[in-house]
Amino acid sequence: MEPLIRRLRRELFATPLDGLVSIALIALLLAAATAFVRWALLQAEWAVIQANSTLFAVGRYPQEQQWRLWLLTALLAAATGLSWGLLRGLPHRGRLGRPWPPNDRLAALVLAGLALAVPPALGLQPAIQQRWWLITALLLGVRWAAGRWAPALPPALRRWIPLLWPVLYLLGMVLISGGLGLIQVPPSEWGGLLLTLMQASFAILLCFPLGILLALGRRSELPLLRWGSVVYIEFIRGAPLITLLFLGQNLLGFLLPGGMAPDRVWRAAWVLTLFAAAYVAEAVRAGLAAVPAGQLEAARSLGLPFPQALIHVVLPQALRVALPATVGQFISLLQDTTLLSLIGLLELLGTARAVMANPAFLGRNAEVYLVLAVLFWCCCAALGLGSRALETRLNPYTSTNATTATPAAPAQA
Amino acid sequence: MPAVVTPWWRNRRLIPWLVQGGVGLALLVLIAFLLGNLVRNLAAAGLLLSWGWLDNPAGFDLSETLLPFDAGLPYWRALLAGLVNTLRVVLAGLVGATVLGTLVGVASFSGNGLLRRLARIYVELIRNIPLLLQLLFWYFVVFLALPGGAEAIQLPGVVLAKSGLYLGRPELVNGVWQAPLRLTVEFSALLTGLVVYTAAFIAEVVRGGVASVPSGQWEASRSLGFTPAMTLRRIVLPQALRVIVPALNSQYISLAKNSSLAVACGFTDLYSVAETTLNQTGRAVEVILILLGSYLLLDLLISALMNGLNGLVQLKER
Repeated sequence: MEPLIRRLRRELFATPLDGLVSIALIALLLAAATAFVRWALLQAEWAVIQANSTLFAVGRYPQEQQWRLWLLTALLAAATGLSWGLLRGLPHRGRLGRPWPPNDRLAALVLAGLALAVPPALGLQPAIQQRWWLITALLLGVRWAAGRWAPALPPALRRWIPLLWPVLYLLGMVLISGGLGLIQVPPSEWGGLLLTLMQASFAILLCFPLGILLALGRRSELPLLRWGSVVYIEFIRGAPLITLLFLGQNLLGFLLPGGMAPDRVWRAAWVLTLFAAAYVAEAVRAGLAAVPAGQLEAARSLGLPFPQALIHVVLPQALRVALPATVGQFISLLQDTTLLSLIGLLELLGTARAVMANPAFLGRNAEVYLVLAVLFWCCCAALGLGSRALETRLNPYTSTNATTATPAAPAQA
Repeated sequence: MPAVVTPWWRNRRLIPWLVQGGVGLALLVLIAFLLGNLVRNLAAAGLLLSWGWLDNPAGFDLSETLLPFDAGLPYWRALLAGLVNTLRVVLAGLVGATVLGTLVGVASFSGNGLLRRLARIYVELIRNIPLLLQLLFWYFVVFLALPGGAEAIQLPGVVLAKSGLYLGRPELVNGVWQAPLRLTVEFSALLTGLVVYTAAFIAEVVRGGVASVPSGQWEASRSLGFTPAMTLRRIVLPQALRVIVPALNSQYISLAKNSSLAVACGFTDLYSVAETTLNQTGRAVEVILILLGSYLLLDLLISALMNGLNGLVQLKER
């Protein structure tokens, strides 16, 4: 490996001008870092986060019903651990299953570290800290067990495990909103991160199939379908989201018979869904355009009916191409949920603004916005990373290469 | 041999018509249902479509306008003033974001490792944080916290003070800054937020455009004796622009649409005026039609300009 000194010299001080630029940048960075650390340690008052952590997490969700959210979090942690373990432990396209690849060990360590460090830093009560530790232990424990015993599972059972997620989603909806013997918690009492995640997940799940339908409609040979899709997509893409949310809040009551208009929270969720569908449709359309016409013709000439040719031949290829752009849309959808605070919903940003209106926390903008920014950044960056991982996994060309490239030789210590 | 009769549900010529008929009928029923309800509900509320209320006095004031405005002027003047404010911030934002985005995009090809990494960090940081959060940050944390009077931050030709941004030789007169051009804190915060956010996307567009030029082009031009600066200007940029300009179009349109978040910074743009108007008059349909129409026009205007520009940079073929 290149010595550090020489590398630094090549990267930072190749020419005199480069050297000057580097020195100026380093000085600037050092000054900014010092100022930030000084502010974070001496001036910032983190009590605004510590005192309101429950509000930020779930809003005004009734306290005596919060066990439902804890149960859901535990179930989600277990399902994540199970899926993660199976993904790694099972052989895939000729790659051997390995219970603990180095990346996963690192991820597990980071998770454990976060779980140990974040709850005390937020000043949570000891009982709640312990709950977070238990949930993390559950996730990592299930992950370990699934990685260890995945190959022993009967294949028939393995095939059904992905179905766990839709079932869990529906179960989660019931747990959050009530019904089936649980007390109803109206949407007006959902808030904070809970509402943000619910809005984003609802819109992401529904906008994807809608977007595929719209994209197919836009490429259809039937003029009515094509023009209908074009008008819808261009109308939605031509308007800012905030005006559409505004439309949903103010006009939907007029468009539906009295009393049929859904609650404000659900109105916003539907507007987000219909909005994102138009953008996903454009991403999918680009994917469809990348599939050579010969694919459909070949499938048809083999005797596949049109819908089957579409589902089994064209769409799998198109969606693979469209994946990065689609996930990009999901990421911006997650970011767009912040706009709900402008129409008076108490999602994460709305909660933050409500908290800062409290005289006790007046002027603590910087702390709150910084925490929200870190939270959003982590969620969005994680989605982006996941998308890239999925991309390499789905790509038929790189994954076969990766099999041969993965060294089976004993690692050198 | 008996003739094979295709059943009607497998008739190649009939099916498209059946499908379209079904979809058309469903759409028609849906639209009739919605419109019927709309007319019935509006009639019940006494708000049937009319435009006469636009001439009524608005009764609210706007904090800053290019066009002269006061509370006695009619609603349409308020909406027009809002539209002009939107146009102003969009225009300034387009210029600022293009300049900053190009600089960052080119910096990601720098030979200086630190500069290159900083450009990447900038893009990854900005793109993964919601714009609304960034606007609130710029407004509440940065611009509203600026010191006033003599403590204001003084840079050559620019003064950043609590009362606004002063450009072109500002002077302190009796504790108040005076300058030929003063931008309000609201406008400055919105503009900064939009420029910083959009520049991250434009930087990616520029980076993709420059990366799309084959490295042989750089090498060939260097071996012909061009300097790096000339290579960039004469060889690389003309080719990169063919990729960059179409992609810039959608970034510009999203900047125009994002300017509707001005309400977070307390800047009275079109959306914010429209919201106030609706709250005062209850004229939901008309206000929303005006809003959607204005933004659609703005988008079309930008698209038309960018198409013209695209025609200039594309390869001229016979």
